[in-house]
Amino acid sequence: MKNFLTDAALPFCKGCGHNHIAANTEKALQLLNYDPMDVVLVTDIGCHGIIDKSFLTHTVHGLHGRSVALATGVSAALNNPDKKVIVFIGDGGATIGMQHLIDAAHNGFNMTVVIHNNMLYGMTGGQPSEFTPFGFKTPTLPEGGKKTGYDICKLISAVDGVSYVCRIEGISDFSKNLAEAFSKKGFSLVEVMEICPSYGVKSNPGMKLSKVVESAGLIIKKFVDKEVENYKTEIKTEFKSLFSESDAIKTLFPTKLEKPIRLMFCGSAGEGVQAAAEFILKAGITSGLNGTKKGSYPVTVGVGFSAAEVILSSEEILYTGSPNPDVICVTSSDGLEYAKKTLATMKGGKLFIDSSLQAPETKAEIISFPFRERGGAKNSSVYSIFYLLMQTKMFPMDALKSVFSENKISKKIDLEKVLQSLNEPFLENVNGKNMEIVK
Amino acid sequence: MEAEVKEKRLIMDGSELIVESLARSGADVFIGYPITPANLLYSYSHERMPSFFAAPDEISTLQWMCGFATTGKFPVTASSFPGFALMLESINMAYMMELPMLIILVQRLGPATGSATCGAQGDLALLNGTISGGFSLPVISLSNMKDCWEMSNKAMKMAIDLRTPVVLLTSKEEIMTLASFAISQLPDVKKIERKFYSEGETFVPYKTNDSLVPEFLPVGNMKHQVRFTASTHDQKGIIQNISKEAIENTKRLEYKHRKNLEHHLYYEYDPQAGADTLLVSYGITASASREAVKLLRKQGEKVSLFIPKTLLPVSPKYFEIMDKYKKVVIAEENLSGQYKNILFGERGNKNVIGVNAIAEMITPARIMDAILSK
Repeated sequence: MKNFLTDAALPFCKGCGHNHIAANTEKALQLLNYDPMDVVLVTDIGCHGIIDKSFLTHTVHGLHGRSVALATGVSAALNNPDKKVIVFIGDGGATIGMQHLIDAAHNGFNMTVVIHNNMLYGMTGGQPSEFTPFGFKTPTLPEGGKKTGYDICKLISAVDGVSYVCRIEGISDFSKNLAEAFSKKGFSLVEVMEICPSYGVKSNPGMKLSKVVESAGLIIKKFVDKEVENYKTEIKTEFKSLFSESDAIKTLFPTKLEKPIRLMFCGSAGEGVQAAAEFILKAGITSGLNGTKKGSYPVTVGVGFSAAEVILSSEEILYTGSPNPDVICVTSSDGLEYAKKTLATMKGGKLFIDSSLQAPETKAEIISFPFRERGGAKNSSVYSIFYLLMQTKMFPMDALKSVFSENKISKKIDLEKVLQSLNEPFLENVNGKNMEIVK
Repeated sequence: MEAEVKEKRLIMDGSELIVESLARSGADVFIGYPITPANLLYSYSHERMPSFFAAPDEISTLQWMCGFATTGKFPVTASSFPGFALMLESINMAYMMELPMLIILVQRLGPATGSATCGAQGDLALLNGTISGGFSLPVISLSNMKDCWEMSNKAMKMAIDLRTPVVLLTSKEEIMTLASFAISQLPDVKKIERKFYSEGETFVPYKTNDSLVPEFLPVGNMKHQVRFTASTHDQKGIIQNISKEAIENTKRLEYKHRKNLEHHLYYEYDPQAGADTLLVSYGITASASREAVKLLRKQGEKVSLFIPKTLLPVSPKYFEIMDKYKKVVIAEENLSGQYKNILFGERGNKNVIGVNAIAEMITPARIMDAILSK
C-alpha cells in the first residue's frame, strides 16, 4: 500500500477535523489503489491549505476561494479519467468561490471537492462565514449567527450534472464516503462538518458537533449518487488556417491615385454602413490600391450611429485615422450627428448627404442626393457608394460592380436599376420649394 | 483584362494574424470571457485553437488558464481593462507559480467601463505595477500588422523561456481595423517546442541553474512529485513565511527577467544621421509616428525614430539610445504619458516632451508639431 502522507505530524491544531480529513483522504486513496503520482491535490487559503506539505501527491496551492476554478483547469487539461483531481477548500473559500463550485458542478468537470466546513474563518481569528449557522457563536459574532448558513449540499444537488453529493461529520473513519466520492466520474462533492477547536469550541462551550449540525438543520446524508459521463475536453486535430494565399485579392482594374483619399461613411446601425465601407475598400484593392477600413459605433449592436473610415492609396498606408477626410457620406440623422464635429473642421473636400437632411455649416462642397428614398433606409449606405463613386471616380465603377456582384446582397438589390437611377432627376427642398434637380 | 495578383494581398485584421500566429506557435487552448474590443480574438480562437473554453468570468478565465499551465499546456486569453482588472490577483498567482501563458490586453478608453468601442493606450501604468512588490510583468507591444504575427510568437516564446505570464499589449484600432495586407511578407512561424525536466532522480520544482529559470515538469507525471505554490515558498514549493531560501526564490522572479531580457528585447530603431530629436512611440501611435517621420524627412527635417516593443521590463539599452539625443518626444494615447513617466518619472526631464491624447488617435500632424517645436 502506498503512502500519500509524509511521516511528519500534520500541521493542524489538536482536535481539528482537518486532521481527520487528511488521514481519511489517504485511506480512501489507498482503498482505491491510487498511485500518489496519479493524484493532484488543489488547495487554497485557510488553515486547510497548509496541508500541501504533508501530501506526497502533486500539489497546487492557489488563491483564496479559487481552488475549484484552478482545479477545473487542471482537470480539463489532464483530460484523463485515470488521474484524480481533489480540491480541498474551507467554508470561507467556498463562500468566495461559490460561482466556481456551481460552474464546475454544472459542467461536470472531473474532480472531488472536499469542503472543510468548520463554520467560521479559522485562520484570521474566527470571523463568521456565509456557512455559519443560526445561533452559532464566533469570537466576532458573540451573539450568534442571525440567519441560517448556506446549505452547500442542497445548492450543489440542485445543479444538473453532479454525480455525488454527501455531507458527513468529520469524526472517526469516513474514508469509505471519500472513496465513494473519489471513484465517481464527473463532479463529486463531500462536505465535512467540523468544529474549530480554537474558535468554535471556545465560543460555544460544551456544544457537540452533532448538536450544532442538527440544530442548523443540516442533514447528514447522501444527497446525490448517480452515474454521469466523464467530462471530455475537445481537442481539434485538424485545422484550417484563418487565411491563405488563395484568398488573395486579384488586381483587375489597375488604378493610380495621385494622392491618398480618405473617406468617411456616417449612417445608422443596421443600415449597411460597415458593409458599404467594406465594398469600397475591397473595390479599391481590386483596383490595385492599398486600403484600410476602421469602424466606429456605440457598444450596443443595432442602435445609434455607425461610421467607417476608409483610406485608399497607391502608397503604403501607415496612419489609419482620418481626422480630415476628403469625402464624407452621410445617410441618416444619426450619421449627421456623428459627422458634425468633423464637418465643422473640414477645409475642403466633399459632403455627400441624404437630401432629407439639412447640411450643417461646413467648408466642404455639399452634394445632396435621395439615398434613403432611392435605396431604401436599410440599403441607403450601400446605395450611396455607387453615387459617391460616380462623382469621385476614385477607381473604375466596374471594380465596385464586380465586388458587389460577388456578395450575397447583390441578390437583394437590382444593380442595373441602381446604376440607372443615379442619373435620374429628384426633388430637392430649396428654400421651401421642391425643385427638380439633376446632378 | 489579365488578372494580376499583387503581392498576394488579403483584406485582414490584426486579430486574425495574432490568433493564427499563436496557433502555429503551439498554443494549446484559448480560455476567455467576451469583452469589446477583444471579441475578434475570441471568435477567431474558437475557430482556430486546438481547444477553446468559454469561462463564466475573468477570474475563472485566469484560474482555468493556470490549471492548464500546470499540466504543461500553453493557454491564451484576450481581454480589455475591465476584465483584466478582475484577473489581477490570479496573474500574480501565475507569476508566483511561474506558469507560462499569454494575456492579450486590448486597450479601450477608461476609466472604468469607459467607452468600449474607443481605442486607447491607457493601461501601461497598471501593467507596470501589476505584480505586487516591485516586480516586472513582461509586456510586449504591437506596432503594426506584421507585429501582430511576429510579436505574438515572440511573446509566447518569452513566456515559455522565462516561465512567466506575458502580456501582449494592443488596442482596438490595431486589431480591428481592416487593411490590405501582403501575407508574403510574413516570416514562417514554427511551433515552439516545450522542454520538460527529464534528467535526475529527484526533482526540486523551483531549483534553478544560471538562467534563474527553473525547469518545468507538469503535474500528473508519473516520475516526480510537482508542486505549484502561490504563497511565498522554498525551492521545493513548500509554503514558508520569510525564510532566507524562500525570499531568495521570490527575488529570483524579478532577477530572471532582468538576466534574460536581452534575449527577448524587441524594438525598431531608425536613426537619422545628424538628428538631434528622437521620436519614441509604441502601439497604435507608432503608425502615426512612422508617418510623421516620413513626412518630416520629406521636408528635409532630421529626426530619428524609436519604437520599443518589449515595453517592460525597460532595458538599459533604451536609455543608451535616448541619451544620444538632445530632445526626446514620446507619443502615446493616454492622458499623462504613462511610458514617459515609467522612463523618466513624474518629475520628468526638460528634454523630454510628451504628445498625449485620449478618445482620439494621435495625428501625425500633432507629433510633427512637437518635434519641430523649439
